[in-house]
Amino acid sequence: MTMVHNRHLEAGLTDDQVLAMYEQMLLARRIDERMWLLNRAGKIPFVISCQGQEAAQVGAAFAFDRDKDYMLPYYRDLGVVLTFGMTTKDIMLSGFAKAEDPNSGGRQMPGHFGQKKNRIVTGSSPVTTQVPHAVGIALAGKIEKKDIVTFVSFGEGSSNQGDFHEGANFAGVHKLPVIFLCENNKYAISVPIEKQLGCANVSDRAIGYGMPGYTVDGNDPIEVYRVTKEAVDRARRGEGPTLIETVSYRLTPHSSDDDDSSYRAKEEVTEAKGKDPLFTFRAYLMSTGILTEELDQSLNKKIAEEINEATDYAEKAPYAQPEDTLKFVYGE
Amino acid sequence: MPVISYIDAVTQAIREEMEKDDKVFILGEDVGVKGGVFKATTGLYEQFGAERVIDAPLAESAIAGVGIGAAMYGLKPIAEMQFADFIMPAVNQIVSEAAKVRYRSNNDWTCPIVIRAPYGGGIHGALYHSQSVEAMFANTPGLKIVMPSTPYDVKGLLKAAIQDPDPVLFFEHKRAYRLIKGFVPDEDYVLPIGKADIKREGEDITVITYGLCVHFALQAAEKLAEDGISAHVLDLRTVYPLDKEAIMEAASKTGKVLLITEDNKEGSVISEVAAIIAENCLFDLDAPIMRLAGEDVPAMPYAPTMEKFFLITPEKVETEMRKLAEF
Repeated sequence: MTMVHNRHLEAGLTDDQVLAMYEQMLLARRIDERMWLLNRAGKIPFVISCQGQEAAQVGAAFAFDRDKDYMLPYYRDLGVVLTFGMTTKDIMLSGFAKAEDPNSGGRQMPGHFGQKKNRIVTGSSPVTTQVPHAVGIALAGKIEKKDIVTFVSFGEGSSNQGDFHEGANFAGVHKLPVIFLCENNKYAISVPIEKQLGCANVSDRAIGYGMPGYTVDGNDPIEVYRVTKEAVDRARRGEGPTLIETVSYRLTPHSSDDDDSSYRAKEEVTEAKGKDPLFTFRAYLMSTGILTEELDQSLNKKIAEEINEATDYAEKAPYAQPEDTLKFVYGE
Repeated sequence: MPVISYIDAVTQAIREEMEKDDKVFILGEDVGVKGGVFKATTGLYEQFGAERVIDAPLAESAIAGVGIGAAMYGLKPIAEMQFADFIMPAVNQIVSEAAKVRYRSNNDWTCPIVIRAPYGGGIHGALYHSQSVEAMFANTPGLKIVMPSTPYDVKGLLKAAIQDPDPVLFFEHKRAYRLIKGFVPDEDYVLPIGKADIKREGEDITVITYGLCVHFALQAAEKLAEDGISAHVLDLRTVYPLDKEAIMEAASKTGKVLLITEDNKEGSVISEVAAIIAENCLFDLDAPIMRLAGEDVPAMPYAPTMEKFFLITPEKVETEMRKLAEF
């Protein structure tokens, strides 16, 4: 037990911090589950999930200075954006496509995050376009002599796109403070990793761009934090970018419009669910005495209330006016 | 007022904006130490240093995409595509990203980037150093596309583009770089993006065009004047979004309209100009709308015979203008 206890302390995390990480992971999972219920009840048209990747997302996000660093998420990063300051209400407003949605005012599908006040940079649907943007933000920070690190994430399929390679190379040449986080969940919709990569690991690609690359257990938020924190510290010292690959498993279909039974075996999914980071991290926290059954229940209760409240609010909130379609093509 | 070349107006506009605003910087291939393959950024590396005049790795999507990131952060990047023909790897960044940042974020984020590129033929550049690419971007709301014809317009419009809060594609005619010279004031001035400009007042026929063809139309207009034909010449200057009011006014003024582009004809910018006139000015017209444009072949060939066949020339312009006058 002492050995176990030391793991988060050794990584530089306090008891309060690991508990806060757990709470963020739980919140992300519960919001995601609610979105599926709302979708299946016909109340929202679309869901794209974070389930199975919460440890990688929250563990990495905790390594940044969330008062000044920039984040360029991809569509599964619910755990990241919540950690960077987006609220449950914000997420629900996006799910229901309401005018008050801070991501896009109901213009984009859910999962297309963006919120300037929290330095969460707006994104699109063609994958990996955010990678060069992250490099550009880091370059701008360097030009302006600001102490910021940029965090960009994407899936393993995305690591095949030219924009990944072009962006990573630019960051390598200019030694820019960018953390490239590849959340490898083993599937790009239906296509498994063996058909995606010509190399064993996504992190093998780092050497081509003059940066260190690491492959980490994506189900272990403490290890993800530790590796990311070291990378962030290097970046702040001017030592350049790092590529981190977190390996986990996508526990849901690709989206609410996908049926994953056509391309992966039920046994495989069941086995992955046995390694669900929410359960394994919960067990770790229990074993260290940081979390108790009682505390876990009260956290779940608090989160359920928060989600209920946000769901009610978002459902009742007004849509944008039809004519709002015409706004903000150009600056006014 | 000094006379300078079209390309010197480019350099001057950039230098003045960089002197005025620390947020303006340049990135592109060969833009630094070499000063650009056409020398459009010559002297800027020496004046502003490697940090603000960045020799980027040879990767156009990153040149656009890194610029877009810096623009979203709040800087004012000027990204250079070495040739308009090489902008294609960056199309996703320009169309899916730059053009849509403001709209998709409901005005939360903006993308004030300028992407400059030399376009146009007549320099023995063959298929991939001669193309006009504006039509590919000219139905993308969120973008502005500026294509100036004179050094005066280059300076005023490029400065306006750099100061603009939205993404601007700034296409410079590479044959005009050293061929076209004109008066350019030393002082700071900007010209409005989105406004066409009457380059010659006339009563009998109207020519609407942009870029180098403006000069061909003006030369032909002089010759026609000797024969008592008065030509009105409207320079679009911004090809997207179009200055619809100015187009309707110019078309209605004479009732006879010739539209010219050196781009391929079908689906070109002037096709949209024709549609605007057809929609709004039908009863003011005294002749069918005429179009003079490149043939619908992939791009102009290298051999001088075929290049000349494809190109819009002063002679072709004059011939078409006379035909229209005689209608």
